Amino acid sequence: MTKPQKFIGRSVPRLEDRTLLTGKGRFAADVSFPGQWTMRVVRSPIAHGKIRAIDTSAALAMPGVHAVWTFADVAHIPPIGFRLTGLKTLEPYRQHVLANDVVRYVGEPVAVVFAQDQYAAEDAADAVELDIEQLDAVMQAIDEPGAFAPGLNTEPDVVRKSYGDVDAAFRDAHAVVALELAVGRHTGVPMETRGAIARYDETRDVLEMHGAAKVPHWNRANLATMLGRLLDSVQLYEGHVGGGFGIRGELYPEDVLVCAAALHFKKPIKWIEDRREHLIAANHSRNQTHRIRAAIDKDGHILGIDNEFFHDNGAYMRTHAATVPDLTAAMLPGPYRVPAYRATGHIRLTNKTPCGTYRAPGRYESTFARERLMDAIAAKVGVDKVEIRRRNLISKSAMPYTLGLETLGTHIVYDSGDYALLLDKALKAAGWDELQAQLNARRAKGEKVGAGVAMFVEKSGLGPFDTVRVTVKPEGIEVVTGVASIGQGVETVIAQICADTLGVDYSGIKVIHGQTDRIARGMGAFASRVTVMCGEATRLAATKLRAQALEVAATLMQTSAAALDIIDGEIVRIDGAGPSMTLAALAQQVPDGLSVEDTFESTHMVYPYGVHVAAVKVDAETGSVTIERYLMAYDIGKAVNPKLVEGQIVGGLAQGLGGALYEEFLYDEAGEPLSVTFADYLMPTAREVPSSTVLLTEDAPSPLNPLGLKGAGEGGTNPVGAVIASAIDDALQRPGTVTQLPITPMRLKALIAAR
Amino acid sequence: MSEKIELTLNINGRDHAIKVEPRRTLADAIREDCGQTGTHIGCEHGVCGACTVIVDGAPVRSCLMFAGQAEGKTIRTVEGLAKGDDLHPMQQAFIDHHGLQCGFCTPGFLMLAVGVLEREPNISDEDLIDVLSSNLCRCTGYQNIIKAVRAAAQEMRK
Repeated sequence: MTKPQKFIGRSVPRLEDRTLLTGKGRFAADVSFPGQWTMRVVRSPIAHGKIRAIDTSAALAMPGVHAVWTFADVAHIPPIGFRLTGLKTLEPYRQHVLANDVVRYVGEPVAVVFAQDQYAAEDAADAVELDIEQLDAVMQAIDEPGAFAPGLNTEPDVVRKSYGDVDAAFRDAHAVVALELAVGRHTGVPMETRGAIARYDETRDVLEMHGAAKVPHWNRANLATMLGRLLDSVQLYEGHVGGGFGIRGELYPEDVLVCAAALHFKKPIKWIEDRREHLIAANHSRNQTHRIRAAIDKDGHILGIDNEFFHDNGAYMRTHAATVPDLTAAMLPGPYRVPAYRATGHIRLTNKTPCGTYRAPGRYESTFARERLMDAIAAKVGVDKVEIRRRNLISKSAMPYTLGLETLGTHIVYDSGDYALLLDKALKAAGWDELQAQLNARRAKGEKVGAGVAMFVEKSGLGPFDTVRVTVKPEGIEVVTGVASIGQGVETVIAQICADTLGVDYSGIKVIHGQTDRIARGMGAFASRVTVMCGEATRLAATKLRAQALEVAATLMQTSAAALDIIDGEIVRIDGAGPSMTLAALAQQVPDGLSVEDTFESTHMVYPYGVHVAAVKVDAETGSVTIERYLMAYDIGKAVNPKLVEGQIVGGLAQGLGGALYEEFLYDEAGEPLSVTFADYLMPTAREVPSSTVLLTEDAPSPLNPLGLKGAGEGGTNPVGAVIASAIDDALQRPGTVTQLPITPMRLKALIAAR
Repeated sequence: MSEKIELTLNINGRDHAIKVEPRRTLADAIREDCGQTGTHIGCEHGVCGACTVIVDGAPVRSCLMFAGQAEGKTIRTVEGLAKGDDLHPMQQAFIDHHGLQCGFCTPGFLMLAVGVLEREPNISDEDLIDVLSSNLCRCTGYQNIIKAVRAAAQEMRK
């Protein structure tokens, strides 16, 4: 008899593509309702100031303008709460949906205009007159804290994590290596700007918000609380989402404002952000300075690491609260054995755009710090940078490895891994030894060429749960989940897992996500969690559904369930004899239909890991960096769809390169943002992103779920700043040269000249 | 606000009679007044290329053109690429090479690539990368877009 077709592990085409390629996608700006009003936000042009007056009369007198709101109109709405890592101490620093008496960054919403269309709304917003008394701005997180509000300074808290006897490690050290390192302010910048469309259905007493993303259920619960409504009377709908990267889909002031206005005016309210707004108002990220020291023995073994860092969170604490500094502190040790460790992370507020997570949050930063430190240790001891890493790697036999730190409410236990094996494979695939010979020969001729290596441990599959409902419908199988899609291929991957488990074709499975009226709860899409958590929940639900279906079919087909199989949606006898029936036909004979809901719970994250190798050429004249070779080795545990995993990794590399070489939000001393268009916030194009090689391995499946899954989303981004810095040092033959990202041409020329 | 003007836009072979302010961009007119929302707006200052459409045979940024300037011209958008259920070779190549993730920049890349290849079917690989570097994508890292466009170029030459 024929064997069931397998889908897990195959690079099948995406189910999402056809709709998106034919212009039938439904992104936020594509959603419109009859009679809708357009909302336009009036933003502070001052980085820090006291609001003396807001004159809305001229705006209100303009044609097509319906209303203008200031703080007084929304004073009853509480500030936006914390989704993750919310510390009590941070609460006074939360952001109100409109500024009250003080503005704290350029771009802060101070008023909103409601008008008949976008053009009228923008004209009117320009006519709102702001009288703001300028105050001194705090622009550097490493400076002494300043005043935030009476009785509150700009250091709301300090993240402290440690284990082992750090002081003893430094006392007994053969040598100490100390560095000061900085990562620039940059962020996700999805190609679709933010957007939200709210409408209130009076007859059903339901408030709807369209344009939801990332975490619809959490946002729904918080919108309901903030607006004083019952949970069931608020529904969020995710359409297509034009990229997420951590920043899109968090609950922002504008989301709350469209909902409040839809309730108040009983009109659909549409808000679509423009690009300048996006660059000054959506979450920024990454801005950290590390003062890091390692105590080492004579062979370069790490005895202890002391990591003090300053996290510039911008003007307010948004939904991520202490998440980024917490992850920075917790993930810094990475793949190395660090017997004693102490992190002291100063959470500092400045008069810049507030911050949140961006792809590989806290890891892009901590990997840069740790891998710079490893290179410095190698230079100090006088051994090769590969050798110093080998000496310090956690061995395979130590797995599972309890780090002794916590983050995101979980204990960090590296579930599986063979770091040394992946390093060997990566170097071999990159042709490391020949590469060294070639680079030496070229350097002897005067070229500035060099290679770098960086290692990292990622985290993924954050719980605590995901729930999935699988239903057999006449037209096919439906999977409903509370996760979300930000473009990464959720529908395809979940369909593959469901198809394999049930015994049907993946292309007939419809995966519904991000709709709060379709499933009671859901965690959304972040922390590379969807394939792990939702994937396993899908496998559980589909397994039960399959068993149920075979039980029912066995009775109808007068045999035992064990004698049956499901092949391509057809229930057949394993011996090939007798009649068969389709799953869909079977479902119609069951009074309640065939539908199973199940939940996967997990209290531990899973930890993929990787190695990046880069070879670069530096042009001393222009300060530009050309990437000549780039290899990414990544152990994913089990790849459901290798092509999509590679897509994640290669896409992640482009964003990592942005932060390493090009992208930075700059401000002048008064807090005026200087990077407000794509002409001054430089994202890599097809010219800058090199062709690269992905070496995907499955040597360390996770023991925490039966398929062995780990996440794919962030391993392409995590070590890019670190490896490019390492390669540039090598090209210049000056270890420790790069201490700051991004390595712009101007900075690189200055470094070369400083010799 | 200024007086509205009446004009006709020919999109994918169909005339749309619309009444818009003279300052209305072509991108807004295509999306809002003609209901063709496959063309996306990513920056409104001519850098990202998400709004790229083909006007009289040449790829243009529809956010940098007024609707009035497109009157009497032939406009092609992503909605016009497939012939019924048959995808354009460029669309098929994007599926085959995983050339899209979130899909927001994709219509702009499709129209850019189709527009250029129709004018220059034998464009060199180097020149092609120059062309593709005029649009931004934030998901794919471009490599699969480049592969897809090269594959489609071969197919389109057949």
